[in-house]
Amino acid sequence: MAASESDQAGQEYEHYEAVVVGCGPGGAAAAARFADHGVETLVLERGTEAGSKNVSGGLIYAEDSAPYTIDDLFENFREEASERPVTDYKIHNIAGNKVKTYDLTDLHEHDTDWCDAVLRRPMDSWLEQRVHEKTSETGGGVLTDVRVNGLLRENGEIVGVTCDELDPITADVIVAADGVNSELARDARLMDWDEPDEWFQGVKATVEMDGETIADRFEIDDEEGVAHLFSGDLFDDVRGGGFLYTNEDSLSIGTVFHLDSLVAEQAEPHQLLDSLLTHPLLAQWFRGEYREREYAAKLVPDSKKVAHKEPYRDRLVLVGDAAGQMQAQGPIIKGMNHAVSAGALAADAFVVSRGNSDPESAGRRYAKMLERSGTMDKLRPRRYDVARTVGERDIVANAVDRVLESPIGSVAVGNPLSKRAMKRAYNSPFLVSMLPDTSTGYVTLPSIIGEEHGRTIHWENEVEPPTLEERIGDLTYDTDVGNPHIRLQDESFEASGDAVYACPVSAEDFGGGCYRSETVKTNGSEETLVSLDTQPCVECGTCAIVADTEWEHPRGGKGVEYREG
Amino acid sequence: MEGRMRSVVLTKGVPDFSEGAVSFNEEGHLERGKTPTVMNPNDEVALEAALQTKVRHGGHVSGMSMGPPGYASVLEEAMESVYADDSYLLSDRELAASDTWATAITLCSALEKYQETVAEIDLIFAGFKTADGETGQTGPQTAWALERPIVTHVLALDIDPDERVLRAKRLVEGDVDEIETVEAPLPCMVIADPEFSPTYRKASHRLTHKRLRGETEERAADHEAHLTTWNHEDLNLDPDYIGLDGSPTIVSSVDPIPKAPSEREATMIEPDDGEGMERVLEELQPYAGGD
Ligand SMILES: Cc1cc2nc3c(=O)[nH]c(=O)nc-3n(C[C@H](O)[C@H](O)[C@H](O)COP(=O)(O)OP(=O)(O)OC[C@H]3O[C@@H](n4cnc5c(N)ncnc54)[C@H](O)[C@@H]3O)c2cc1C
Ligand code: SF4
Repeated sequence: MAASESDQAGQEYEHYEAVVVGCGPGGAAAAARFADHGVETLVLERGTEAGSKNVSGGLIYAEDSAPYTIDDLFENFREEASERPVTDYKIHNIAGNKVKTYDLTDLHEHDTDWCDAVLRRPMDSWLEQRVHEKTSETGGGVLTDVRVNGLLRENGEIVGVTCDELDPITADVIVAADGVNSELARDARLMDWDEPDEWFQGVKATVEMDGETIADRFEIDDEEGVAHLFSGDLFDDVRGGGFLYTNEDSLSIGTVFHLDSLVAEQAEPHQLLDSLLTHPLLAQWFRGEYREREYAAKLVPDSKKVAHKEPYRDRLVLVGDAAGQMQAQGPIIKGMNHAVSAGALAADAFVVSRGNSDPESAGRRYAKMLERSGTMDKLRPRRYDVARTVGERDIVANAVDRVLESPIGSVAVGNPLSKRAMKRAYNSPFLVSMLPDTSTGYVTLPSIIGEEHGRTIHWENEVEPPTLEERIGDLTYDTDVGNPHIRLQDESFEASGDAVYACPVSAEDFGGGCYRSETVKTNGSEETLVSLDTQPCVECGTCAIVADTEWEHPRGGKGVEYREG
Repeated sequence: MEGRMRSVVLTKGVPDFSEGAVSFNEEGHLERGKTPTVMNPNDEVALEAALQTKVRHGGHVSGMSMGPPGYASVLEEAMESVYADDSYLLSDRELAASDTWATAITLCSALEKYQETVAEIDLIFAGFKTADGETGQTGPQTAWALERPIVTHVLALDIDPDERVLRAKRLVEGDVDEIETVEAPLPCMVIADPEFSPTYRKASHRLTHKRLRGETEERAADHEAHLTTWNHEDLNLDPDYIGLDGSPTIVSSVDPIPKAPSEREATMIEPDDGEGMERVLEELQPYAGGD
């Protein structure tokens, strides 16, 4: 059982060797590895069950080159916690009704040992059980419904955590695996939440479809699954793309967009998802039937910009999304696998540096391990920094777009020679990671490919996705009445108006969402003000970045509860 | 382990008064035979207090109930909800129709037998009033018979196992409700207030709670094996002093309070429809007098 440690004031704190905050893939991996080393480990998770707060697309990769994969740490993971393996991988370049499809299996299989689709509630709750079994054996365990609300400091040095539901706890090492919008990373001043261009926003629908129908419509058997990506002009000019993955008896369909682009275009995330769901290309799979099980959203960090090179301070180490370790390799999204590697490495780093009197020795060693294992270079490719300086500047990008859009450019991309070259280029991990984050890569190029090489789709897609109101109505909430977790600091439209569009459960002219705008007349002048009701909030984190708020997660067990994720 | 606490929780079955479960005959009397028995809702609070003690200090909790053999299900429910270690049922014909006094005498004998044959008791927990009798007397009478101090209306409690004292916050009702902090030596009896709520602010307590839950699931699945039944002979009780014969008070009859039949028709107005208030005013106008 936990020993106690007292501060100078003589106050007794509960003490554990390791405290892990968050039981997603990063936290689960860290805790499992700690337990393997015999370290007394307490895991604190704010959801009522692990997974109830989490969303991903999601394909979990086991990379050949990774220092750890999830099945290294959790036996039978694939049999018991994942959905279907991805055996077929395609990208669709869309221009209106014209679609050109490339097989991306080569890119997908590059450095891939295996890759399975997952749903986060079943996956993370399964992990929670295993982690609790393992950590119970070394004197700890997993507690759910507990939200860590800050860092405990002594003489300015981080020594533990404070919680809404528990008295403060000290630890020899604290692993912040609390995901995107990590309150601990912010408290330690290792991350800020200021720049929209450092984030993506992901939105997803889990769609009902039984196993037999999936097998039939995607032409696969029980042991197979598909991944389809979508890019081009179906999302207007918003930079990003769509995905469709097959689960055992459902489909995961969603979109991932650059947050700055969403804001610049004043796009409504749920409408962009609907543009995908209602595109004629998807009619072949829906055949007029559509039942949405769940609507979900979450921010995703862009590791190229925010992966922290020194993700530690004092006894605190950051892993996974909390440290910005979410790699968008062109259309391929890798966050869960890196969170697993980082979590396990953080635990190893603590164990090898145990006994060292310098509290930062574990953190320093962890950073070194991220570097040496090659993980950091995947997250922040050195060559990207070079490409970014020439590729991302608007002037250069616009010039490239103009050339591509010109008859000459289109011909170049459209000629039969480049047809093969294009497919090769898409399948090159090197070129894909170089695609600068301009609309060239996301919109212009795919639309030209679609236009020049595409086949026209004549199917009718008659699907009618639920309205935002219905989507909110179908979600489960345990509202913390009278205790909103987000407070608007500045209600002027200039400061917070972007949230009216960018919040995935708000929309202009929709009164049932979180953010609303309203024009008020005062002394003859007109002013547009923004108001906030957190009840329908899905805790995606968007408004922490795009609006002027005081932003926290709800207390343990409160707020939205995802069943699919 | 040092500081381990031995607790006994007194619990009782009561008719399930919830809508759909409860059954009344034509005269409006409760039909006990047709109404399922559940644990007295106020006892759950007593059980929570016992559980909190076990979680914080370790030890052993026994559930004890007096009633017909069917009450075993109530003890099973008690075991599931507070992770009791075992159950004691005081049951035989001679004990039927006991009033609060005869019940207290029986419980007292059982607790004494428990002390002699099982273990010394540190704490006895009981609920605040039963849902059917509503006298609130059994607890105090039992404490009196046992010659133990009693702390009632407990809202929160903490135990100092080294000093062997119990510190409690209790609700004192009056013109203004007050919260009083009291100390009592162990062993003693605790009557939890319906407002009692357990607190677990230490991670180790929550982990213990979680472990106990797992262990109890297995135990409750085999409740019979953890149930001891004692009759009046086991308790060495003279039939003249227990059951109906030993009860100085008798409930001669229970008069149902008839519900007033509704004579008026109700008009439902949707409040959040923007015109709601206007309609309320309109509807009330004729009754308002004046113009
Ligand atoms: C739409 C979408 C699609 C995606 N697709 C993919 C994909 O295909 N493949 C892929 O690999 N990745 C994908 N990702 C990214 C992936 O989901 C994340 O990178 C991954 O979940 C990060 O894992 P983590 O353990 O760091 O954090 P999380 O999985 O977010 O876990 C954090 C945990 O901490 C808990 N927590 C947070 N704050 C507190 C607190 N204060 N106290 C206690 N507990 C707390 C949370 O409840 C949660 O359980 C996608 C993301 C989105 C949104
Ligand atoms: S209120 Fe903020 S955190 Fe909640 S769903 Fe909207 S944007 Fe996301």
